Amino acid sequence: MTSLDPLEFVDTKSYKDRLKEAIKSTGLKEAVVSVEGDMGSHRVQLVVFEFAFLGGSMGSVVGEKIARAVERSIEKRQPLIVVSCSGGARMQESMLSLMQMAKTCAMVRKLSEHRIPFISVLTDPTTGGVSASYALIGDVVIAEPGALIGFAGPRVIEQTIGQKLPEGFQRAEYLLEHGFVDMVVERKKLKEAIIKILDVLCGDKYVS
Amino acid sequence: MKYLDFEKGIEELERRIDELTSVGRGAGVDIEAEVKRLKKKLNRTLIRIYRNLTPWQRVQVARHPSRPYTLDYVNYMITDFFELKGDRRFGDDKSIVAGFGKFEGISVCVIGHQKGRTTKENIERNFGMPHPEGYRKALRVMKLAEKFSIPILTFVDTPGAFPGIGAEERGQAEAIGENLYEMVSLRVPIIVSVIGEGGSGGALAISVGDRILMLENAIYAVISPEGCASILWRDSAKAPNAAAALRLTAHELLKLGVIDEVVKEPIGGAHRDPKVAANILRRAIRRHLKELLHKNPYTLLKERFEKYRKIGVFVE
Repeated sequence: MTSLDPLEFVDTKSYKDRLKEAIKSTGLKEAVVSVEGDMGSHRVQLVVFEFAFLGGSMGSVVGEKIARAVERSIEKRQPLIVVSCSGGARMQESMLSLMQMAKTCAMVRKLSEHRIPFISVLTDPTTGGVSASYALIGDVVIAEPGALIGFAGPRVIEQTIGQKLPEGFQRAEYLLEHGFVDMVVERKKLKEAIIKILDVLCGDKYVS
Repeated sequence: MKYLDFEKGIEELERRIDELTSVGRGAGVDIEAEVKRLKKKLNRTLIRIYRNLTPWQRVQVARHPSRPYTLDYVNYMITDFFELKGDRRFGDDKSIVAGFGKFEGISVCVIGHQKGRTTKENIERNFGMPHPEGYRKALRVMKLAEKFSIPILTFVDTPGAFPGIGAEERGQAEAIGENLYEMVSLRVPIIVSVIGEGGSGGALAISVGDRILMLENAIYAVISPEGCASILWRDSAKAPNAAAALRLTAHELLKLGVIDEVVKEPIGGAHRDPKVAANILRRAIRRHLKELLHKNPYTLLKERFEKYRKIGVFVE
């Protein structure tokens, strides 16, 4: 699945050329890869971002791939894991990108109605339209140590308020402290942490 | 009235009309005839200029300091209005107003961004840029609307969600995401009207609905033209180029399928006649509300979900 260029967006380069270059340099068609696989005893749907592809920005394709992963999750009753790494919405698709925020949240809502777990993993960075949509509303939100996570980028904030930002601001540990992520887990231990969560959430339960 | 840089001809004509009328009545038939002639000319000039606005010129109109804001529309189209304040978590964000009232006799919930007219008001309203508590207040009140089966009208007019330390500390991203997540399944009709600036996620956070209407000089984009220009062109002076590239006008967004209807403005923009602007918008809202009130919640939510499920342009 690849992006079209509905806006025929051109800045100092055309969006079409930027896409071609990104495809060539990353060997990927878009900024996310989705797979189905096993984690421990659980079959899961996994979507992973590639920051090297236009800053991991979310345009129509990224939104659609997340939507389809949710649909597969529902159809097969498998947990969804999204590993985000993104600067936010893709500028070159403007409103069509912005609408992917609403679309992915609508899908996460569907998943929730089907009572299937959504584990959101935030890596460095997870900002803008990705943080402000599905990424922070996971059933369980895990961040990698030191990951930059926030709505506005630090440079924009500094320019707006005209002061230096405190040390550690918008880092994973800061979000943990302020109650917006559940745990900070280093990459080596992520798999183990996720399996443990799934074992409990999807394991044998008391049914009255 | 502030004149925009492309309104020179209009300014000159209005000044002459003012001069002539201040000379006074009784000064002769000639003056009256001249005023009449100038007014006709003014009208033609307004039509000519406003028919061919560039995207960047529309950005300027959308941000015009006299442009009607949410509470102006409330004033013209809502009776018995009362405002509800605070998110019950942290505080009251005055850059978003939330409340209930009657729209043509029907109870409605009103949510909208609110800018200020004066510097003092703008500081109070934070220039229409909400903090998380603004979005959380909006959601709290929309849930009340759902509880009492009252349709929701939202009015969108913000440069964006506020980028600041407190906003981040209190979860700006989470607050926006939560609204998107909840609004898609509120069991009452939601009609969104983009009346001025649709500034990215800060606008979207109260813009998920069954119908998205947009005034013809309003704008809506993923980033401000200035922000886009400084990132992609590395030069914020290229904002006019970015405004064109972003396809942020109502007509372009209708073509892209992002919005449902372009709502006309009075000649020369909504700020030249807020009352007429409100009347035109009121008729559009009434028409959509009538349609939506006939749908049962199941159909309403199914259609709303589909609207968002299918949005995007790609090839396989």
